[in-house]
Amino acid sequence: MQQYDIIIIGAGIVGTMIARTLSRYDLVASNLDILWIEKESDICTGATAANSAIVHGGYDAMPGSLKAETNIAGNAMWDQLAAELQFPFARTGTYVVAIGAEELAALDPLKRRGDAGGVPTEIISGAAMREREPSIHPEVSGALYCPTGGICDPWAATIAAAENAVMNGVELRLNTTFEDFIWDSESANERIGESSKIQNPKPRIVGVRTSQGDFYGRWIVNAAGLFADEVMHKAGVRPEFHITPRRGEYYVMDRARVQINNVLFPVPSKVSKGILVTTTLHGNTLVGPNAEEIDDKTDAAVTAEGMREIWEGAQKLVPGLSQRDVIATFAGLRPGGNAPCLTCATPYNKDFIIEIPENVMGFVNLGGMESPALTAAPAIAEHVVALLQGAGEDLRAKTDWNPIRPARPVFRHLDREAQAALIAQDPRYGRVICRCETVTEGEIVAEIHAPIPATTYDAIKRRTWLGTGRCLGGFDMPRVVDILARELGVSALEVSKKGNGSEFLIRETKA
Amino acid sequence: MKTTYDVIVIGSGPGGLAAAIAAKKGGADDVLVLERDIELGGILLQCIHNGFGVEIFKEDLPGPSYAQRFVDEAKAIGVEYLLDTMVLDVTPDRRIFVTSSRGGLVELHARAIIMAMGCRERTRAQIRLPGPRPVGVYTAGTAQRWVNVEGYMPGKRFVILGSGDIGMIMARRLTFEGAKVESVLEVMPYLTGLSRNYVQCLLDFDIPLHLSHTVKRIIGKHRVEAVESVAVDERWQPIPGTEEIIPCDTLLLSVGLIPENELSLKAGVTLDPVTGGPYVDDGFQTNVPGIYAAGNVVHVYDLVDWVTQAGLVAGKQAAQQITGHASRRQPKVAPHHVPTQAGDNVRYVVPHTVNPETLTEDTVMLQMRVTQPLEQPVRIEVRDGEAVITHKNERYARPGEMVNVTLRGRDYDAVRAAEKLTVHVVAR
Repeated sequence: MQQYDIIIIGAGIVGTMIARTLSRYDLVASNLDILWIEKESDICTGATAANSAIVHGGYDAMPGSLKAETNIAGNAMWDQLAAELQFPFARTGTYVVAIGAEELAALDPLKRRGDAGGVPTEIISGAAMREREPSIHPEVSGALYCPTGGICDPWAATIAAAENAVMNGVELRLNTTFEDFIWDSESANERIGESSKIQNPKPRIVGVRTSQGDFYGRWIVNAAGLFADEVMHKAGVRPEFHITPRRGEYYVMDRARVQINNVLFPVPSKVSKGILVTTTLHGNTLVGPNAEEIDDKTDAAVTAEGMREIWEGAQKLVPGLSQRDVIATFAGLRPGGNAPCLTCATPYNKDFIIEIPENVMGFVNLGGMESPALTAAPAIAEHVVALLQGAGEDLRAKTDWNPIRPARPVFRHLDREAQAALIAQDPRYGRVICRCETVTEGEIVAEIHAPIPATTYDAIKRRTWLGTGRCLGGFDMPRVVDILARELGVSALEVSKKGNGSEFLIRETKA
Repeated sequence: MKTTYDVIVIGSGPGGLAAAIAAKKGGADDVLVLERDIELGGILLQCIHNGFGVEIFKEDLPGPSYAQRFVDEAKAIGVEYLLDTMVLDVTPDRRIFVTSSRGGLVELHARAIIMAMGCRERTRAQIRLPGPRPVGVYTAGTAQRWVNVEGYMPGKRFVILGSGDIGMIMARRLTFEGAKVESVLEVMPYLTGLSRNYVQCLLDFDIPLHLSHTVKRIIGKHRVEAVESVAVDERWQPIPGTEEIIPCDTLLLSVGLIPENELSLKAGVTLDPVTGGPYVDDGFQTNVPGIYAAGNVVHVYDLVDWVTQAGLVAGKQAAQQITGHASRRQPKVAPHHVPTQAGDNVRYVVPHTVNPETLTEDTVMLQMRVTQPLEQPVRIEVRDGEAVITHKNERYARPGEMVNVTLRGRDYDAVRAAEKLTVHVVAR
């Protein structure tokens, strides 16, 4: 029987930050043994993998909500995280841009919310906005500037933090799908929500059943993202909580053709922060997302209607964009929930859930982790630590915890001298495999043998940015399949895009 | 290692090899070809079908054989080359930064550079194809590399979107390999590739071609399971009620090619938004002195023979620049370049300018694509205003097939006097 202290379900940014934060601790008399399970073949594949990549200032979250609290606290933690984990992060500042005189009034309530939460914001004139972003719509009337907002690479941040968790002893199991909970034998037959609930008011969860077998743990942490409602319902918690996937579609623009240097939001709508035009850490301009409620939690498809909608939205901010410069499209699903905020002055029912539920033992429950969960994740993780301590866990900081995750060389970011030195050290860094993004064989091989090995094409793409350029991998794909097969010691026929069932090739050609 | 050359050619496809050969033969001493793949020849090496060389050799050769003739010649006359070498950067003052495993990072310098990077395939993003992102959606050229170079099949049951040549050729190739090609869908009301490929690759194998049809969405989570096809109206809008689910495991895209000019942009070369390639004169020199462009990097050709021809012109011109022999065609007056212009039913004309003095010793082929198909006898006219300078008759004109007309010595006076050379392709 495999016994752990803590089992974390889900390896998006929230599960990852929890894993990394908990890896800091021991118990008084023993190690804190942490198992971390993820149903996909890699970490960072759900909501974390496809979003706007913004570290939000926190001026627009509902005051008094967990969203506001963790957003503001989380935002402040990103500099240290980026330094320790050596991932790219830029506090660029963000703008909410009013177009036309009638939108100007929408900036004031945002400013007031920011003031209430202590988030620095400033309303600037249309002329000032035009000066900072010359491509902005000519009818710009003003903007709310938030200097603490920024941009990140969610893939890089999540992968770096996850590696650091693993380096510090967390056991990660991929391709491991949560199926059900294992209950303490005394209450095992008497699941909450069933008729005998009254006799057993506090059943205890003692483990999880998964596609890869049973694992036992004193605490199970639900960081299942889009599937968090299904997990908590299996625990008998919050039967009324429901995650409605809200799909957002995006365009990625060719950075050789489009140079937007800012993070530009429109004035917000009721359902979202609106369709933004933003720069990214890779220099590509990102356009999107729309917000469409759908039923299927796996349906990250782009649609003709959605693409039309984001294009219209983008042109409202930057009318000069051309569809000819679109090099990629993608869609992400926001795990939006319906949890009421109990501490908000005005009614609000889209708050985060971060709790140890009253009615079950051994369960840390999270849910509704839509935006700004990426920003908030490090603070959410601290909140989870506090909950565990509050529940009597005597967590002690490890003396040998290493907060540093050394970054691996990124060829295209080096100057010529450093590039030459790197190739001299390992000639594989001299061989460019992805021409649009200048990713070398050395970088690919390093990722395949990293602390969390990249074993699929998409895993390599998320780690190196390969295949994201204007040819969308048409050039590199056969070459990467070759390298993966060679390094993993498998046939090219076994190499997949994103795990079992997505193999690129089906057989050899006729002799 | 030698780092200074008379002429450096980027790319060893048909355009690059021809340019290197012509430069060397034209008197350039040191000619270097840079190739990112492990062999010379470019994309021809994965084009194992025949159809190459009919114009130049009057022979019907497979791609690798066609390439080999030029590889052999280049080697025989002492053209140097670096394989498995990627160009990272090119500067307007003709410095080139290359990298390779064997040679490391090297800075090269050339007196003339010939851009011959060819083109890349349009992707699903560029046509904004709806649906999720399962495995099994490839450009036709990527699939071609897998099948013909790597020796693997990417699927069993295919749908091909786009009637471009690579797509039709892959339809036949996949059929030979035992795969089922369900259909070829083309959003335009006409074929976009060569008619001969339609006959030899689709008709002969009973593969249906559906014009005015496109893919409405891709279906499948991990792997493509089907595509939904739909008929479109003349404005490319889906016609409701014509949707059809076609089960398949792979969707190939043959939806157009884009000249690959990211390096040209770095070198300060200005691009024509219509062709996607540089503005060039009749010697294929770009706006940056000493930087030439040849082949598909200028505009997308239909026949390799014309790519070779373009490479020969560019290479010869680069050599003349190096050797100073350009003086053979002494301008009688100050250099005077006459701009070309697309007229009726013409999308673009390459080259963008003609120097009349070229006509004193050479011909200049004007190359173009038509906007609309004309399935009747047509006349290609080069006009200065209303006056026809020269013309040529063809049996038809189709957007999928390049059209050309040649200016000759006898046109010298007319060209010299012309303000603009406008090309029209009109019904006779």
